[in-house]
Amino acid sequence: MATNVLNSLNAALHKMLSEDPRVVVVGEDLLDPYGGAFKVTKGLSTQFPDRVLTTPLSEAGFTALAAGMAIRGLRPVVEIMFGDFLMLAADQIVNHIGKYRWMYNDKVRVPLVIRTPMGGRRGYGPTHSQSLEKHFIGAPGWHVVAPSPFHDPGALLYRAVIEDDDPVLFIENKTMYARPVREAPSEGRLGDFHARTSSGRYPTVTLSFDSFSSADVTLVAYGGMAELAEAAAEQLLMREEIFCEVVVPSSLSPIDLEPILESLKRTGKLVVCEEGTQTAGWGAELIAAVSAQAFELLQAPPLRVAAKDLPIANTSTLETAILPQLEDIDQAVLRACANSRRVTTR
Amino acid sequence: MPIPQEAHLNSPHLNNQDSIREHLYAQMVLIRRFEERVLDLFAAGELFGTTHCYIGQEANAVGIINHLEKRDIIFSSHRCHGHFLARTGKADLLMAELMGRATGLVGGRGGSQHICYENFYSNGVQGGIVPTATGMALAEKMLRTGAIATVFMGDGTLGEGLVYEAFNLASLWSAPILFVIENNRWSQSTPVEKQLAGSMLARGQAFGIESGEIDSTDAEELYDYFDPIIKKVRREQRPHLEVIQTYRLCHHSKSDDMRPEEEIEHYRQNEPLPKLRSRLSPEVAERLDQEAHTKVEQAVTWARQQPFPSPSTFGAGATAAEFRQAESHRTAP
Repeated sequence: MATNVLNSLNAALHKMLSEDPRVVVVGEDLLDPYGGAFKVTKGLSTQFPDRVLTTPLSEAGFTALAAGMAIRGLRPVVEIMFGDFLMLAADQIVNHIGKYRWMYNDKVRVPLVIRTPMGGRRGYGPTHSQSLEKHFIGAPGWHVVAPSPFHDPGALLYRAVIEDDDPVLFIENKTMYARPVREAPSEGRLGDFHARTSSGRYPTVTLSFDSFSSADVTLVAYGGMAELAEAAAEQLLMREEIFCEVVVPSSLSPIDLEPILESLKRTGKLVVCEEGTQTAGWGAELIAAVSAQAFELLQAPPLRVAAKDLPIANTSTLETAILPQLEDIDQAVLRACANSRRVTTR
Repeated sequence: MPIPQEAHLNSPHLNNQDSIREHLYAQMVLIRRFEERVLDLFAAGELFGTTHCYIGQEANAVGIINHLEKRDIIFSSHRCHGHFLARTGKADLLMAELMGRATGLVGGRGGSQHICYENFYSNGVQGGIVPTATGMALAEKMLRTGAIATVFMGDGTLGEGLVYEAFNLASLWSAPILFVIENNRWSQSTPVEKQLAGSMLARGQAFGIESGEIDSTDAEELYDYFDPIIKKVRREQRPHLEVIQTYRLCHHSKSDDMRPEEEIEHYRQNEPLPKLRSRLSPEVAERLDQEAHTKVEQAVTWARQQPFPSPSTFGAGATAAEFRQAESHRTAP
């Protein structure tokens, strides 16, 4: 049965609350009938009134409180209503939660998940539209995870809460909530694509038009950019006969380079897409890591597609100009091909 | 009143006022000798970084912590040696940690401000520990362990907004936690009058938290005062706040003291150790002083013999794979 991303996450929360008495859900406006600003937590407070805690507007306070619960044996899931508000809890994330396990020489675990909607394209303006996860990528002690419609978002969340003993920042792109889940098989067809999914708790999905035999460009995208990259790949194939492989990681930090390098062996050209601002972003980190590890695979300078280094405007003409669009991915792929040191032989 | 049998990890079974008095003094003099020795070791270049001493405030730690049970949680701050030693007596493990040794409390990773031992925790950024301790108290309540939490903060920490988020949450959700504000009158180099408006007590009361205040450096008085408070937190499963008017006789961290000498001298007249010592027989006092001295010297000797941690232990435990990955990112093939 087809489900969308929102329902997949909601079902996973129901499942973990019913299976595991250690799970508690903490955040603002969670109670039914409202059920959370984006309704990911709908129905939970009715079924589990003692373990769904609606909070005052105290992001730092309830994140810290959940950390204390996690250290003492519970498995809290914190919802930050808009990812922009994560900055209110930044001291907790960087100076407290991410440090405890290592700083205390492995004496404690902080199995805490912070889930939060990120991203724009909904006209919410400068403080309710950002993708701020780049600021926490590389923060010691944290796993940063982003589901996409090609993953099973609920399964990723379940693993983050139940199986991961370290804190996880779980980034949900908000335009993705209504999208149908099209989970890629570990090896097999997914629509027009051949799909491969790496093993592990937070896998990477790779999509190929051509059974992974050859391709022109490796297009890496996560979260809400994944389907945009897919659409760009389809458009480029139809119009230009350029074959892109779309690589969609769910683990942003640490980055699993293997599936990306695997694709680059076939393409030699890399375009990395993210919705956050470009400077010092996830793409910069990924490209640095790829260059250091496998420079010989690169036939063209790796390129980034990202938001302009500006606040996100409210009005749609400006918001569209600031955030990365399908056309930006398209252009970047064409540039990568044009810059290639080797003539494409296809 | 007797100290509960499980109250203190190292405590003898005390059942009369004399033995309580001796116990409180023994703990205070251990804290004092330990920190004096730490300052010597800094001056001698044997310790790294910085440290925040508790000299002058020892009566607070022993007055409160001896009422806590082994299962209870303590969350302390940058100024945590006194709380830790009152709780555990483990001068050797703390000294090894301050010396950065592998066998220190947290293997040299944390140092003076960031320690963890059983149910004792500390962290060095102000404010953030208060809601975390609140969450710990709530977790114990949800898990029905019967444990309560105590969190220590100073007057300076009251400037952090997170403290008030914690007060609100603790009151709203009835966390079994004791908030202790040790007003030592100086936030680093800033006197309390220049950094704090309004009343400390009213800060707790405004959130519906029963709050009290005691102006004392008398360990026995503090010990008697906190007994019913801690029982009440455990019984009623509600937060409680106490302000202790105290004074820090030492600098904030090492060598940064610019306070008026007359003021320090004024408070020195009232310091906790001589006050309690004068109630002991000279023989007992001398013996306890000597025992503390010996314990601290043994801790120094032991800690000096301990190895430094090797960078090869970076990735101990489940994070090893990530550290390997981090390393591989740094090195080109």
